[in-house]
Amino acid sequence: MFNPENLIRKGLPKGHFKDLVVRFVLAGLTYVVVLIAALLFAKIIMDGAPVLFKAKAPFVDFEFLTAKNETLHVFDDAQGNRHQLPASRYNDYLAKYEGAPIFNEQTYSYSGGGIAGPIVGTALLTIGSMVLALFFGVAAAIYLSEYAKQSPFIHAIRLAILNLAGIPSIVFGLFGFSVFVLAVPVITPTPSDRSLLTIPLHINHYVMSFQGWNSSLMAGCATLACMILPVIITASEESLRAVPQGFRDASLAMGATRWQTIRKCVLPFSLPGILTSSLLAITRVAGETAPIMFTAAVAAKDDLPWQGLKSPFDILSSQVQALPYHIYTLAARIPSSEYTRRAQYGSVFVFLLLVASLSVGSMILRAKLRSKLKW
Amino acid sequence: MVKTSTAIQINNLSFAYGAKQVLHDVSLEIPARQVTAFIGPSGCGKSTLLRCFNRINDRIPGAKLTAGSILVHDIDINRTDIDLQELRRRIGMVFQKYNPFAKSIYDNVAFSLRAAGRTKRSVLDGIVENALKNAALWDEVKSRLHASAFGLSGGQQQRLCIARAIANQPEILLMDEPCAALDPLATLKIEELLSELKKQYTIIIVTHNLAQATRCSDNTAFMYLGKVIEYGSTMQLFENPKEPQTEAYVTGKFG
Ligand SMILES: Nc1ncnc2c1ncn2[C@@H]1O[C@H](COP(=O)(O)OP(=O)(O)O)[C@@H](O)[C@H]1O
Ligand SMILES: [Mg+2]
Repeated sequence: MFNPENLIRKGLPKGHFKDLVVRFVLAGLTYVVVLIAALLFAKIIMDGAPVLFKAKAPFVDFEFLTAKNETLHVFDDAQGNRHQLPASRYNDYLAKYEGAPIFNEQTYSYSGGGIAGPIVGTALLTIGSMVLALFFGVAAAIYLSEYAKQSPFIHAIRLAILNLAGIPSIVFGLFGFSVFVLAVPVITPTPSDRSLLTIPLHINHYVMSFQGWNSSLMAGCATLACMILPVIITASEESLRAVPQGFRDASLAMGATRWQTIRKCVLPFSLPGILTSSLLAITRVAGETAPIMFTAAVAAKDDLPWQGLKSPFDILSSQVQALPYHIYTLAARIPSSEYTRRAQYGSVFVFLLLVASLSVGSMILRAKLRSKLKW
Repeated sequence: MVKTSTAIQINNLSFAYGAKQVLHDVSLEIPARQVTAFIGPSGCGKSTLLRCFNRINDRIPGAKLTAGSILVHDIDINRTDIDLQELRRRIGMVFQKYNPFAKSIYDNVAFSLRAAGRTKRSVLDGIVENALKNAALWDEVKSRLHASAFGLSGGQQQRLCIARAIANQPEILLMDEPCAALDPLATLKIEELLSELKKQYTIIIVTHNLAQATRCSDNTAFMYLGKVIEYGSTMQLFENPKEPQTEAYVTGKFG
């Protein structure tokens, strides 16, 4: 029989200690993760921030961001003063004090000047690959979630796409190398010797030559887009499916076509999800080294990508520097010393700032869109 | 109103979600072993009041009792030393949208018993069967107790939720528009069920369907803008309302 007095507990609530322990363990694990992340960030910030930020106005070392990357020359002059000059100013120095003796000269590749080249290259690679990936990815997601019949074949495709997301990026790098760099067709009057196949077009000696795009911005963008496509497709499809079925029914019931329904009643509501996942994809695209190593990136390049071109389209077929590849070069391919630390930690710090601002951007964007389109 | 013992006594209750005051000075006495209906236009606070009885509003940040008290069989349920799990075991709840778990029919009904630590199969079997019988669902599901609950029709799923709520014999059953998502036949089944259930349980039902209130409730409270405008026996409230607002509402002139 029901006894109201039983509603009052004697002692602590039942499961009190279990709840406490569970809570404590979960909180502990969370903070361990936070601690590791904090240590990592603290190290990079402590070593990298002084490179980019200055104590005096304007507080930011814009030169590091806007100057070209150069070799660093370190030497002592006759008075015993130590100079650290990037190659161009080193030459000015030599010209100015012609004949003055120099002692203990050392050179450090890639360690002088700034990182304008890598920043610009990464920006171009990211924009190009995201445009490609969003175009193909959202289209595929719309087809898969809105048009395709849910047949075993479509399920197989979906599964294949999901699995593609798990393939290591170096594999995409090699794929991009063998396909985009060496094999895709170009239309040219002068096919290269290693063309796999040439098809005459009978227009002014032009032929379609399967010779690839060489290591170039567009080969890199295409490779990065392939790498990120599965993520974009899967996330976009999920966002599309999350839109309540009722929206589609209501729109169709009012006489709208399928495409009108998708454009007006489905896409806008899935946009926050699509954009968030895309921005996360951007951070991945911007950060990968392996896919661009063979397809687009060079360690050293004197000009910025748009300098010294005959036509603006040549930018697509030129190689670029890229931040992650630059960091790899600085870390692994030059001997480390106190004079290389500025370039090393500065690059990593700038890269971290970039990724962090993209993440924050995605959060803000999502919050804004969410508050506008709520259901 | 037929006077029996009081199941829930509400004294001058005021309730707010953050800065938004939703219930104003509500006082009611809900008799045991009867069906009490809450009616009123959408947003007047019926669900909020109902959800105060098992303190499920506690989960909502900022939600708080700003004045008054609720006594369940003379125990103030907002005391700090209330055993919340026990309270909710004694006060079952059925929601507007049927919400079975993604488990088998059997596991749905056995959920509360297992949560209370009763896991002996032979005991559970009997209780599950009994609960399903009381919810008038047994004959339809006895051959597929271990199939997923999602294979049932809407009306069956809602009756499963009722079976789930009464499995450990609560004292009071709260139902928030239990038929709102159901067709008339399924609704009829649940109404029939109510008249059976009230022999054992105190039932409080929120409904938008005035005919349903007249058909199945003994007492009715009419709420408007967070206040109880009128409370009395269902027959009196519908046929001879004292307040002009009640009259307007029950005759369909507003709301
Ligand atoms: N979680 C919540 N937070 C803030 N306001 C709420 C919340 N739930 C309900 N309300 C508000 O409280 C009022 C009463 O709601 P409710 O009790 O659901 O009304 P009813 O069930 O009578 O339709 C409404 O104005 C509603 O907007
Ligand atoms: Mg309600």
